[in-house]
Amino acid sequence: MAGTIQNRDSFLGEIATRLGREPKMQVEKPVWKYQPQRAVLTDASADELLEVLRKQCQQIHTDLVETTLANLANALNETVKLYGGGPLSLWKDPRFAEFGLSDLIETKWPSEEMEVNSWDTTLGDKNIVRAEQANVGITFSDLTLAESGTVVLFSSADKGRSVSLLPTHYIAIIPKSTLVPRITQAADLIREKLDNGELVPSCINFITGPSNSADIEMNLVVGVHGPVKATYIVVGDS
Amino acid sequence: MSMKFSTKNFNERTKDNISDDFMRKAVASAQERLHSRQLDAAEELGSWEEWRSHGEEIRQHVLENLDYYLYQLSENVAERGGHVFFAKTAQEASAYVRDVIVKKEGKKVVKSKSMVTEEINLNAVLEEAGCEVIETDLGEYILQVDDHDPPSHIVAPALHKNREQIRAVFTEKLDYKNTSKPEELALHAREKLRQEFLAADIGITGCNFAIAETGSISLVTNEGNARLVSALPKTQITVMGMERIVPSFEEFEVLVSLLTRSAVGQKLTSYVTALTGPRDAGDADGPEEFHLVIVDNGRSEILGTEFQSVLQCIRCAACVNVCPVYRHIGGHSYGSIYSGPIGAVLSPLLGGYDDFKELPFASTLCGACTDACPVKIPLHELLHQHRRVIVEEEGRSPISEKLAMKAFGIGASSNPLYSMGAKVASTAMKPLTKNNRISKGPGPLKDWTDLREFPAVGNTRFRDWFYDQKGGK
Repeated sequence: MAGTIQNRDSFLGEIATRLGREPKMQVEKPVWKYQPQRAVLTDASADELLEVLRKQCQQIHTDLVETTLANLANALNETVKLYGGGPLSLWKDPRFAEFGLSDLIETKWPSEEMEVNSWDTTLGDKNIVRAEQANVGITFSDLTLAESGTVVLFSSADKGRSVSLLPTHYIAIIPKSTLVPRITQAADLIREKLDNGELVPSCINFITGPSNSADIEMNLVVGVHGPVKATYIVVGDS
Repeated sequence: MSMKFSTKNFNERTKDNISDDFMRKAVASAQERLHSRQLDAAEELGSWEEWRSHGEEIRQHVLENLDYYLYQLSENVAERGGHVFFAKTAQEASAYVRDVIVKKEGKKVVKSKSMVTEEINLNAVLEEAGCEVIETDLGEYILQVDDHDPPSHIVAPALHKNREQIRAVFTEKLDYKNTSKPEELALHAREKLRQEFLAADIGITGCNFAIAETGSISLVTNEGNARLVSALPKTQITVMGMERIVPSFEEFEVLVSLLTRSAVGQKLTSYVTALTGPRDAGDADGPEEFHLVIVDNGRSEILGTEFQSVLQCIRCAACVNVCPVYRHIGGHSYGSIYSGPIGAVLSPLLGGYDDFKELPFASTLCGACTDACPVKIPLHELLHQHRRVIVEEEGRSPISEKLAMKAFGIGASSNPLYSMGAKVASTAMKPLTKNNRISKGPGPLKDWTDLREFPAVGNTRFRDWFYDQKGGK
């Protein structure tokens, strides 16, 4: 259902008056004179982008694990154990099965009495309670920005915002194919979706490492309101 | 807190702050760190000047077409089920927010950092209506717990406080029992605030940039509090200054890249979140109801004037971090929530010359602010413009200066008077002169000589000396 709009005409009329013209109903974006963002890492290969990401992770207090598809389940299990195990909070995401993690999630972890909760929209608010109690939240990265060390998450009914936010630790699984130079390419991807008639999701998160603050005497404290530690697991194509 | 937070005059405020040694050291070291981080980030990125020029052209284009982009934004927010309220004044804005909350029977409000909600005095209005309002940015939380101490920096609001002071406040107000280690203090705030996030029925955020094409708003933070504010409460209200908007994600990413580098030297902050409307059908978190309040509060009066470029501001505080005056007097001396060079330009425009006429004079016009600005606002030129307006159009220059200028005008326009004045100057100032210096000046000279000495007037006039050198030829 469409929302309401109040006081718009007088408000915008005043702006037009101050700008000394009639209100504008159509504006074309100009061809910008400068486009420096298009030159950043444009020609970098996938391996070069991975090297950029590797270095950047040291800046953002994030552990980087590199693994193969065959070894992904082991690497994920090890990282979860390193963080002290469950309870776990996961997206409901077909990529877990595609990347060979079904056995780990559905059989191995439950057999170790580890609580595993996948996001289930039919459970409503209970999802938030479970994510809040989770020790580790795990999601895939929808797009990965090498320059800044950022995972981009597009929300949906099965991909709750809370999974990457409320648990004490956060793990992002990064398929190597999601690596792009920088946030410029995220804007390009959104443009592609819009051109295909899609809507942007209600929430797009650009996440760069664990939460932090420097509000007390400019001292960096890692881990404030969001996760206190984060690991990225990069999965190669073979 | 409204934009103006002090009843003291500028001189009193400055006097209080300039003797606060901790604050001055804290400000100096913060400035150095933040500025060098901006420089490093700019150098690592390369072509910084080109980035600044791109930032500038985007912001200028938006301001020239602001009505169109706000129209497009409001259409797209409404299409996604959000409600948009255009507020001409601070009072209209805060009353709307209050009414939404009262209608929802909201009791507990969690807020993420927002300068514009300070500007419209929102917290006081909501508290009066019986709401509990909790600031959740760590710096803002510290200030709120400390009996609403005003912010002293746009990005790091509690910059003026040291860890011992914070520990004392936490101990007194929050039952805190640990040491003054920042990690322990922050952990305590995390635990306290996590419970508040889970219990809150209303979330209020500011907005770094709205995105017209998609009807989105965005939040740039490191702590993650803005994500919690926008993920957990059932109702979200976002308040934005009307100029904080970009056409689409293509321009959004450029300005975010400039903002995070200029504010804290990061390529991106830990969290950059773009939110569109309330939660989508089927989503199990995010707000069920979303309101966007777009605030004018004096901004439209800046459009079409010589000060229009100040609305390009993206609130990074890079100008604050290089200002030699801010370094000495600190943020509280400005008496406005907007401090530093940007505050000295913006506060008189939004709050009027009655309260803020001194601020444009609290500048050396060195231009460091202009060089640091990622969207190329000519800040020191705007400060100079303010001075011109104050003196020429408002006739508000200080009385002593007016008298001195008048006397000089009379003296300098008459040849005999000027000659006589110049001849007697040395003799007239003799009683005040010691070792060829004047250290206790009379009248208007006193403000100067309180801080430093004034060279004595020479015995020989330049004209006489010049005449002698040329041997009268």
